[in-house]
Amino acid sequence: MPKPLERVNDFVVKFANVNGSGSASANRLFVMSIMRMGIPISPRNIFPSNIQGLPTWYEVRVSEAGHNGARGGVDLMVAMNPETWDADVASIEPGGYLFYDSTKPLPRSKFRSDVTVIGVPLTQICNDAYRDPRQRQLFKNIMYIGALSALIEMDVAAIEKLVGEQYGGKEKLIQPNIAALHMGRDWALANLECPIGLRLRKADKIGKRIFLEGNSAAALGAIYGGATVCAWYPITPSSSLAEAFQRHASRFRTDKASGKNHHAIVQAEDELASIGMVIGAGWNGARAFTATSGPGISLMQEFLGLAYFAEIPAVLFDVQRGGPSTGMPTRTQQSDVLSCAYASHGDTKHVLLFPEDPRECFEMGAIAFDLADRLQTPVFVLLDLDIGMNERLCEPLAWDDKRRFDRGKIMTAAELEAGKNFGRYLDVDGDGIPYRTLPGTHPKRGAYFTRGTTKDRYARYSEEGPVYVDNMERLLRKFETAKKIVPAPIIRNSKIATKLGAIYYGSTSPAMDEALEILASRGVHLDVMRVRAFPFDHAVKDFVDRHDRVFVVEQNRDAQLRTLMMVECGLDAAKLEPVLHYDGTPITARFITEGIGRRVQPSRDMRGAAE
Amino acid sequence: MTYVAKPKIHHPKLPTNTLGFTRRDYEGAVSTLCAGCGHDSISAAIIQACFELDLPPHRIAKLSGIGCSSKTPTYFLGASHGFNSVHGRMPSVLTGASLANRDLIYLGVSGDGDSASIGFGQFAHSIRRGVNMLYIVENNGVYGLTKGQFSATADRGSESKRGVANTDDPIDLTSIAIELGATFVARGFSGDKDQLVPLIKAGIRHRGTAFIDCISPCIAFNNHAGSTKSFEFVRQHNEAVNSLDFFEGRAPITATYQAGETIDVEQHDGTVLRLRKISADYDPRDKVKAMNFLQERKHAGEVVTGLLYVDPEVKEMHEHLGTVATPLNELNEAELCPGSAALEKINAQLR
Repeated sequence: MPKPLERVNDFVVKFANVNGSGSASANRLFVMSIMRMGIPISPRNIFPSNIQGLPTWYEVRVSEAGHNGARGGVDLMVAMNPETWDADVASIEPGGYLFYDSTKPLPRSKFRSDVTVIGVPLTQICNDAYRDPRQRQLFKNIMYIGALSALIEMDVAAIEKLVGEQYGGKEKLIQPNIAALHMGRDWALANLECPIGLRLRKADKIGKRIFLEGNSAAALGAIYGGATVCAWYPITPSSSLAEAFQRHASRFRTDKASGKNHHAIVQAEDELASIGMVIGAGWNGARAFTATSGPGISLMQEFLGLAYFAEIPAVLFDVQRGGPSTGMPTRTQQSDVLSCAYASHGDTKHVLLFPEDPRECFEMGAIAFDLADRLQTPVFVLLDLDIGMNERLCEPLAWDDKRRFDRGKIMTAAELEAGKNFGRYLDVDGDGIPYRTLPGTHPKRGAYFTRGTTKDRYARYSEEGPVYVDNMERLLRKFETAKKIVPAPIIRNSKIATKLGAIYYGSTSPAMDEALEILASRGVHLDVMRVRAFPFDHAVKDFVDRHDRVFVVEQNRDAQLRTLMMVECGLDAAKLEPVLHYDGTPITARFITEGIGRRVQPSRDMRGAAE
Repeated sequence: MTYVAKPKIHHPKLPTNTLGFTRRDYEGAVSTLCAGCGHDSISAAIIQACFELDLPPHRIAKLSGIGCSSKTPTYFLGASHGFNSVHGRMPSVLTGASLANRDLIYLGVSGDGDSASIGFGQFAHSIRRGVNMLYIVENNGVYGLTKGQFSATADRGSESKRGVANTDDPIDLTSIAIELGATFVARGFSGDKDQLVPLIKAGIRHRGTAFIDCISPCIAFNNHAGSTKSFEFVRQHNEAVNSLDFFEGRAPITATYQAGETIDVEQHDGTVLRLRKISADYDPRDKVKAMNFLQERKHAGEVVTGLLYVDPEVKEMHEHLGTVATPLNELNEAELCPGSAALEKINAQLR
């Protein structure tokens, strides 16, 4: 047997549970109490498309160094689901630990000789302590947290404090939970060798950072960005974004005097109606958005072409999941890049934003509304399940109170009255962006007809070739303007001069950061560019031009961002080498290290380099 | 097709309404539909209704889907903003527009293909939500722009111009609208302007979802002997259940009727609908009876017209949503952005 793993503040714990068994709150308690010890954590929900009964996992990476990306592998498996036992046990790293409910004896063949087995008769303890079957199930969860607290040296006071916060000071609920916690802890202290090789030690590595989900952060961004209309249709993994908007709106968007709402949220009959309402509201001057995922984007295609061509502001939060079709509804991917960039029939191009973490979901969630109004076009914020539905440690949210909404070019009643020339599709400033009027502005001037058919500069129907081309060329000029105002890419050059580059975006960030450290320690140095928006700033092409080889790291099969860069920047395919992770799990530093490492140092085995 | 503006010159003695507008101020571009199209009569009725209601044209938003009927908003209310959206999706765009600004008057114009086929879902759900609008379906039972295919409102057994009989059952949009909660439901006929204008006026002033199914014969593809949506057929089978007089506020009632012959319905905004009963046992305030009556007459092969159902005390979408009286599109940073202090509190809660 290999030596049992000895690690302090740097390991992965995975909980294997049954969906609907009440494990979620206990697992969250586990991560929050580690965070309160000043140790960075990054948890991930791995769940099925199911309400009750199917397996779920909760993977927690403890990393004092602050690595937020998924690591891969498991050091301590808390195996609470007999159904997934075999695979769960098999996934433990050699030298790792297996924690299980030992009430029912299992044959030797069910275990591995190279891991430390920790049996706690949880069911037995619960059955002895409680009569109610529901209690027996629920307290089992907090009981294993109690046992773990002894095994890995969690701060019990922190856990107790959190239980108190969780139940809002209601002693009746707090006491039984604390009792169960100690029941598990006391049993472990009395019967097991505590602690094990994986241990926690108080640190001071959290600072001002906050812990939240990207979906909630994006919804808060929509609040700060002035969104008043939300029309949506439930779809995993985006539903919690609209629900978070509802929560934030109830808190911040109610008129104190009248109790009435400064917002309107409609759960539509489908995604077509959702985007239709967003477009109707945007046309009428309200900031409006929808939250959806890949299948919703597919359904919205026709409307998106209308919004592009009729030039109507709209914001879409696409929390990407595994495609195509229903695909992997509860797994993560970055596979809607192309279907969003070129959404709808005919020649179209759309603005995309790629937030890397919840903080950027907030920022881009707000900026998106300024961009949509300024550019009078749909703006897509491309989250994914990994950052959307998981809590992540990130810098605190910030807002400048001097900031004002950019409502773009809206001609006012006074300007119309003064006789200012109004052509809805007239490029008066040379930036491709025309003025619009809102319905109801002026009794005699500024009315126009909005349509998806071709029109001239004054919004008059026309199928004349030159009129059509004139309009399409102006739309391209507008897209050029967009390049200057969307968030610019972030380039970080290696300390050691290199001709190797890597490009990545969105939720890949933490895995990429970690991979760069490992690669550097192995003598592989790369300059990196994080793309934050489409259309691409000139810096994107310049970055590629400056390097001999550029790895494009993505979470989809077809290298969609690479395709977009080749098409839009005229880049040489041979120079852009795809590194693609698309099995539905979040990309890891191990994967990136291996993917880039084996190409630049074929002789060296990069596998396991992340450990 | 081109856009042709009508000459602005008009007779100096053309009557004006209380806003000083003439009927011409409610017109749009010259119609490009076939000469004699029923839809043009409906456009004329809309113009007449808006003129008579003294509506400022710019406070009306007219929205449509795709098809012959959906083209018509170009041909009326030229001073209003219009939106010719996506096939079958006018209701959602109109709903969004209404969410953004509850103060405008919303006129949704659609056709039988647009609302009963491709847009049947949006038709249904916009009605369920109680969107404050007048939704008019210009119903000719046929796809005109694509040259004469049956639509979902075409009666079983009715024949196309080529003599092919329709084998599918029709959708009766009025029955469905009543079922789904529309609070003003009427059927009109483009060939009966006297009946249609008051219906449109009352529908516009109705607060909540008003729906008018307006039979509008397609003279190019559906006005032949085998059609049940021809001028000839509708005139022969039309059974008007009532005749509507529409009064603004407590306007003096000029006509006198014998007791028992009229029903007065006062709407939420104070307007009064006076229904002269033609069918003695018909009361449009009784939802169940109205639905039964419609089914009964349908089986008898009659086309029932008039105000079929009205519920004067209704809540519209904004009341369901509890939105502020100020249109959402007029709210600014002070009302919408919680600011940095609130964000600091949020940050503190996330540690």
